Amino acid sequence: MATTGMPAEGPRGVLRRPRSTTGLWSWITTVDHKKIGVLYGVTAFLFFLVGGTEALFIRLQLAQPNGHVLSASAYNEFFTMHGLTMVFFVVMPLSAAFFNYLIPLMIGARDVAFPRLNAFSYWAFLFAGLFIYSSFALGGAPNGGWFGYAPLSTVDPTSHNMTFYALGLIIAGLASAVSAINLAVTIINMRAPGMTLFRMPVFIWMALVVQFLLAFSLPIITVGLFEMLFDRRFGTHFFDPAAGGDPVLWQHLFWLFGHPEVYILVLPAMGIVSEILPVFARKPLFGYQFVVFSGIAIGFIGFGVWAHHMFAAGLGPVANTAFGISTMIIAVPTGVKIFNWLGTLWKGDIHFTTPMLFAVGFIAMFVIGGLSGVTHAVVPADYQQTDTYYIVAHFHYVLFGGAIFGLFGGMYYWWPKIFGRMLSERIGKIHFWAMLIGFNLTFAPMHILGLQGMPRRIQSYPSSLGLGFWNLVSTIGSFMIAVSMLIFLYNVVTSSRKAKDAVADPWDARTLEWTTSSPPPPHNFDEIPVVHSLDELWHRKYAETEGGRVVPVPAGGAGAYDGEHASGGHGIHLPSPSYYPIIAAAGLPLIGYGVIFQWWMAGVGGLVLLMGLYAWALEPSVE
Amino acid sequence: MPVGDDVGEVSGVVRGKSRMVLGLAALALVFAACAPNASQDSLKPAGPYAREIDRLFVPVFWIAAAVFFIVEGLLVFFLVKYRHRKGREGVPAQIHGNSRLEIAWTILPALILAGVAVPTVTTIFDLARKPAGDVLNVNVIGHQWWWEFDYPGTGIITANEMHIPVGRPVYVSLCAAGQGYAGQVAPNECQPGPPDGQSPATIGEDVIHSFWVPELAGKQDVVPGRTNHLVLEASQPGVYSGQCAEFCGLSHAYMRFKVIAQTPADYDAWVTAQRQDAATPTAGSAAATGMDTFLNGQCIACHAIQGPQVNGQPVGANGGPNLTHLMSRSCFAGCTFPITAENLTKWLEDPPAMKPGSWMPNYHLSQDQIAALVAYLETLK
Repeated sequence: MATTGMPAEGPRGVLRRPRSTTGLWSWITTVDHKKIGVLYGVTAFLFFLVGGTEALFIRLQLAQPNGHVLSASAYNEFFTMHGLTMVFFVVMPLSAAFFNYLIPLMIGARDVAFPRLNAFSYWAFLFAGLFIYSSFALGGAPNGGWFGYAPLSTVDPTSHNMTFYALGLIIAGLASAVSAINLAVTIINMRAPGMTLFRMPVFIWMALVVQFLLAFSLPIITVGLFEMLFDRRFGTHFFDPAAGGDPVLWQHLFWLFGHPEVYILVLPAMGIVSEILPVFARKPLFGYQFVVFSGIAIGFIGFGVWAHHMFAAGLGPVANTAFGISTMIIAVPTGVKIFNWLGTLWKGDIHFTTPMLFAVGFIAMFVIGGLSGVTHAVVPADYQQTDTYYIVAHFHYVLFGGAIFGLFGGMYYWWPKIFGRMLSERIGKIHFWAMLIGFNLTFAPMHILGLQGMPRRIQSYPSSLGLGFWNLVSTIGSFMIAVSMLIFLYNVVTSSRKAKDAVADPWDARTLEWTTSSPPPPHNFDEIPVVHSLDELWHRKYAETEGGRVVPVPAGGAGAYDGEHASGGHGIHLPSPSYYPIIAAAGLPLIGYGVIFQWWMAGVGGLVLLMGLYAWALEPSVE
Repeated sequence: MPVGDDVGEVSGVVRGKSRMVLGLAALALVFAACAPNASQDSLKPAGPYAREIDRLFVPVFWIAAAVFFIVEGLLVFFLVKYRHRKGREGVPAQIHGNSRLEIAWTILPALILAGVAVPTVTTIFDLARKPAGDVLNVNVIGHQWWWEFDYPGTGIITANEMHIPVGRPVYVSLCAAGQGYAGQVAPNECQPGPPDGQSPATIGEDVIHSFWVPELAGKQDVVPGRTNHLVLEASQPGVYSGQCAEFCGLSHAYMRFKVIAQTPADYDAWVTAQRQDAATPTAGSAAATGMDTFLNGQCIACHAIQGPQVNGQPVGANGGPNLTHLMSRSCFAGCTFPITAENLTKWLEDPPAMKPGSWMPNYHLSQDQIAALVAYLETLK
């Protein structure tokens, strides 16, 4: 139990209620959003190292014409797993890590709406990742690309590669969908008194938009994945034209999810950047409402652009025109965001801390990805660009130059809050510059390679095409990125060895999470804060004089955080830890293995899931 | 420049501090520094359709470049101008926004995009139009992992190399292998089954491919169950390299082809030659032995040769490349290897060892059989 002062009750239900607050069992049974956030972050980072290693092998293979580092079948597995890993097991859960940790803290709540469901989401996500990766040892990993185009993904039902893909993504999608409902309810229902929607930090707004995107887009790909699974496992013909099916159906289902997914990946980073810039420019976010509404607009329009992934599929000139234009339209709210970030810097007092460098790096790189995106909206140009390395360059500028840079900015920014220790600024800056240069060396040349005729997903290219030079540059850059990650890890390790040195508000920040200690107590706030304005903490610390000058509020003033009323958490009832989320989640991969190998295992898995859910339902949330 | 020289140049650059500076300087030359020998380069359009795309892309690129320099320039300018200076006290004015600016930077990009949209839409419809007048129809069939070219009405079926006359639009109909391709199909339409109603012979899986010869046109997917079309044309004689651009399995990288554009006279000569039956080798020669092996062995299960008959029947195509005029081509196996006696020998020894996943299996032929077969194949000019 995370709280004190409750009378101890005897064991109830099947299992004794877990009680550890430290050690391994406390992590396995935790329902604390902060611990779950850390679990998400650490797991996602480990997957990041795995997916990055796969990328290094891909780059080694392509460093020179006619490479021989990987066989064709290993290459296909590596690029498929690289994409799946980075999308579903790195960027999405890293965002989930920030959502979990920060949403309750930033809206002044003690936890998320459904804490055990939150734990279930994490374990289901982890098991989905382990399930997909276990395929390497069980006959071969998914090898049809992260986009799994039918009929290539369905024509060979005797192999298990793409069955692992379908089942693994169904489980991962379940984890995300459950989490999306949980976090949306949390944001809508659990804000502190006074925190109206338009007093919410932009990060919370972007989180809310992302939860809706997840809730509406995941069911679409789930339908597709089940159809793929049925085609593979039960001999249905959803995507088989000889039996009246249609391969293009898969493309529609996949991209109707796949494009909102792009915004699922990048909006969290946009939210993070919108928090970091005002703190280190020491000015409020320029055009708060416009940044919020453009995020919402991106969420809506994001559902209307999917077929721009299919311009060469033969949908016809009318469809191509419609989706070309909708793709141009979505550039407008994206541009609004960028201009407002520039407006935030304008007349600021800019402090180049490491989080700020990453936030600025995000803007600089995302602009490039956005502009190359506009060239895809020019449909005839996309007839040349699609399925080439130009596209690979484009989406890495959006998802690495964008999402990953933003997420690293968030890590450096909230690290002291989460772990109570500052990361080294000096090492952090070296990390930033190494990553920025390595990133551009890797991906900028891919624009040229694509336009010069290098298709994606090729295991090898002949020397006659003259693509060797830029491929080599790109490979060198990729290893520079790898080195920058080692620098980051070095920073983490050295920081973890020193004493906790982070104060509650080390950056002179603006939002509620900085009003509580670093790291926060299990109950987050001794007293739930009452919110009076956007940038609540800033207004507790600073006031404007009549002449418009901004001056600090005197110490002990009305709003200053003084811990005066600190109760130490006594009498606050938090949800108790539970075994059942991880037990229920463990049923899911068992069902998956059962579908692939032995049906009785699916029965066992279903039983485990059902028992877990029953015991969960019968267990009181607080004991 | 041969590739080896590139390597030497790079490893020189790698040394020393100047590495990053040079690397970035090199990147600045993005469009200036096109690699030599690139024969598959979308930036070097060689026909009216590719040029129409290029004429759209290049101005959009420069508009994007201008926006890039303005936005990144402003970013750097603000970062320098408003950086924190030592000794600066106090907090900057808390500016919350400006509605006029918001409206401006909503409308201005929208106007630029509207300007880009107009030529985009007209070009989409231009490229989708079936050309009128003197058009060459070619049905292109995507196989795992090679391209088949069928010239309706001429009897010509070839593989890996597509011949076209310059100055004449080519209306390409794209069919997937399992779509009943068994001999000549009607122009412009992939048929659901062969004319005789038998189930079509397909070697390999029937999956999506994408037909792309960047110097002559954009790409278009080959989708099982559909007929897609593409128009291309070459202005000058030459060899234009192409490649499958949609991931299609193990040997996706080895599904290449060439478009050989010829003067009308040369093209007509090629047509005449291709319509001939295959040559019959003189009796008693090694090639005659090879032909015997070919016609009485496994080869004709998949490969067609026009001319010889087995049991009074022509040797029809059954999913493998038509070999009637094999030696008139320069490459084989998805244009992965040049056609030489040495490569053909190696291929016959073990096709999957040469090309990953090759649907032609290792038939464990004896060295004598292989030598005879190669001798026969070399007569198929």
